[in-house]
Amino acid sequence: MSAEQVLQYIFAGITVGSIYAFVAIGYNIIYNTTGIINFAQGEFVMLGGMISFTFSRFMPLFPAIIIAVLITAAIGGLIEIVFIRRMRKNSVLGMIVVTIGISILLREAALYIWDEQIRALSFFTGTEISSVSVFGARISPQVLWVLGVTLVIVGGLFFFFKFTLTGQAMRACSENSRAAKLCGIKTDSMVNFSFMLSAGIGALGGCVVSPLTQTHYAMGTDLAIKGFIVAILGGLGNPIAAVAAGLILGLLESFSISILPMAYKDVISIIILLIILVAKPSGLFGSKQVSSLKDF
Amino acid sequence: MKRFYPVYILFITIVLIQVLTLITGKGYMLTQLTMSAYYVLVAVGLCMVMGYAGQISLGQAGFFAIGGYTTAFLTTIDFTEKAGTGLFKLLDSMGLLITKDTLYGDTVIHLSPWISLIAAVLIAGITAYALGIPVLKLKGHYLAMATMGFGIIIYRIVLGSAIFGQADGIFNVPAFTIFPGLELSGDFTSRISNYYIAWILVIIAILLMVNLINSRVGRALRSLHGGEDASDAMGVDTTRYKVIIFVIGAIMAAVAGFFLTHYNGGIGPSEAGVGKSVRYLAIVAVGGMANIWGSLVMGLVLNFLSLRGVFGHFDDAVFGIILVMMMMFMPEGFIRISVLRDIRSLFIKLFSRKKMKETIQEPPHE
Repeated sequence: MSAEQVLQYIFAGITVGSIYAFVAIGYNIIYNTTGIINFAQGEFVMLGGMISFTFSRFMPLFPAIIIAVLITAAIGGLIEIVFIRRMRKNSVLGMIVVTIGISILLREAALYIWDEQIRALSFFTGTEISSVSVFGARISPQVLWVLGVTLVIVGGLFFFFKFTLTGQAMRACSENSRAAKLCGIKTDSMVNFSFMLSAGIGALGGCVVSPLTQTHYAMGTDLAIKGFIVAILGGLGNPIAAVAAGLILGLLESFSISILPMAYKDVISIIILLIILVAKPSGLFGSKQVSSLKDF
Repeated sequence: MKRFYPVYILFITIVLIQVLTLITGKGYMLTQLTMSAYYVLVAVGLCMVMGYAGQISLGQAGFFAIGGYTTAFLTTIDFTEKAGTGLFKLLDSMGLLITKDTLYGDTVIHLSPWISLIAAVLIAGITAYALGIPVLKLKGHYLAMATMGFGIIIYRIVLGSAIFGQADGIFNVPAFTIFPGLELSGDFTSRISNYYIAWILVIIAILLMVNLINSRVGRALRSLHGGEDASDAMGVDTTRYKVIIFVIGAIMAAVAGFFLTHYNGGIGPSEAGVGKSVRYLAIVAVGGMANIWGSLVMGLVLNFLSLRGVFGHFDDAVFGIILVMMMMFMPEGFIRISVLRDIRSLFIKLFSRKKMKETIQEPPHE
């Protein structure tokens, strides 16, 4: 492998990894406030791509993306109000089943609205053949968009959770929801907001990667699984570590293609999942002490 | 014995359905009823894992595919070149080889489905055991994802490997002659006998499971479901029982896969998909989790309707709605004894209210 080729693989891996990270961030935000994994997370990415595609036919690209993110966030909030709020006291088993059911419903609705066709947003800058040269590797400018948006989201989330009152309130909910309630935090609206936030982030991710990976109604399941692997790999509940884990998985997958047939790409990432689940369920960056208090 | 009454009822119902299709001239429905029976078998196995032991599994379709693909592979591959070796001579003397002439006049030698049945059960059992020991330590989301991950690995392997026919699957799987005159195949003429083969298999499985539930293992499993730490403290070897039930569920799925593959004459990768696993989950959820009979009835009804194409384009959506609605409004499931009790108490209430108006009398205690 030449140096350029290696670089090319690295960029491909980082791009894919960023998509996984988008999903994993969404998992983590919801997990932090509610303690549940929303298996419909991958569907938000699909919805973002699909809705922005529809709107981009009537208006410029960027307003269309903003509208798509807002609509998907609203859908996320609605899901919380209609389904999750009633279920909160139920068992984990019940939550898993419900979120899987929701993901099926979203997927089928998308099939009904947008049919089976594969869609793609137009490239943000340039076209599919334009490329920029980075250290000798030719990459699409869209890759830079993906990386940029990932960085902005990570930075924004860090700022949000650390310095804004809402962010701090959400962290309080994740620490101890009852204590947060006693301090006057509206835990219900925090949970609702966490669903909207993670749906919005998923949708934004779906828009940014749509020109590169295309959007298909059934893409959500795969993303949900990969996102989960990444979330576990980084340590559940840690959105920033999820980005690092996403990049690791993306790079592993990208280099695995050069050795193994494409069809086994998913097998590798799932074997990683099984290994990490069995060997270190707290994740690569999770601490053992914290995880001993959690239920795996 | 009282606990076997439902089994008699089931048997009578099965016979009645067959007679009914004969009278109304809708014999073609037996095909879907037979296929439903095999899916019911998977659902009953999952019901044991989820309902009784409280362990979620989203990899049931993977075990189904292991059963189906094992037999499809072993009974279609040609062993002519190896016919001289000692092992094959031994198999031949036991009557476990099937020699056939192809269209072009060549002779091919296949393994008997009996061997592949044993192989399917063994492979599924060993896989479940090897997977179960590490994975069943996990709980909740982690267990769900780990089992789903296993299902996806199986799906990817059968989809990506040339020996498993990739996207086409394996077809031309021969019929399974259980004993001379009784043959497991999708042939027109043996529709009725196949219907009974399938349902008798279900009845046998149910009998075994009912016995299991009422045994020491069953009690251990229920205590496990009630509270794992508590039953651990009472001296129940929770890990062991979880793995046992997981292996049993896997073997039931593999056997179902084996039979359905011979019945359909082939198997495709869609049988291994995550969608199928979710479907089994939905059936068990509607059936009321810890309720074999609920899984059986709902498995029969839903699979039959789905196979008949009643849901049309909304096939998957129907299962999604079922999952969400059941968990939200009836987490106890649709088929449960308390439904009967609710209806009865409703009648009693209505009745007693009428009585109250007529005579001044205390309403009877409900």
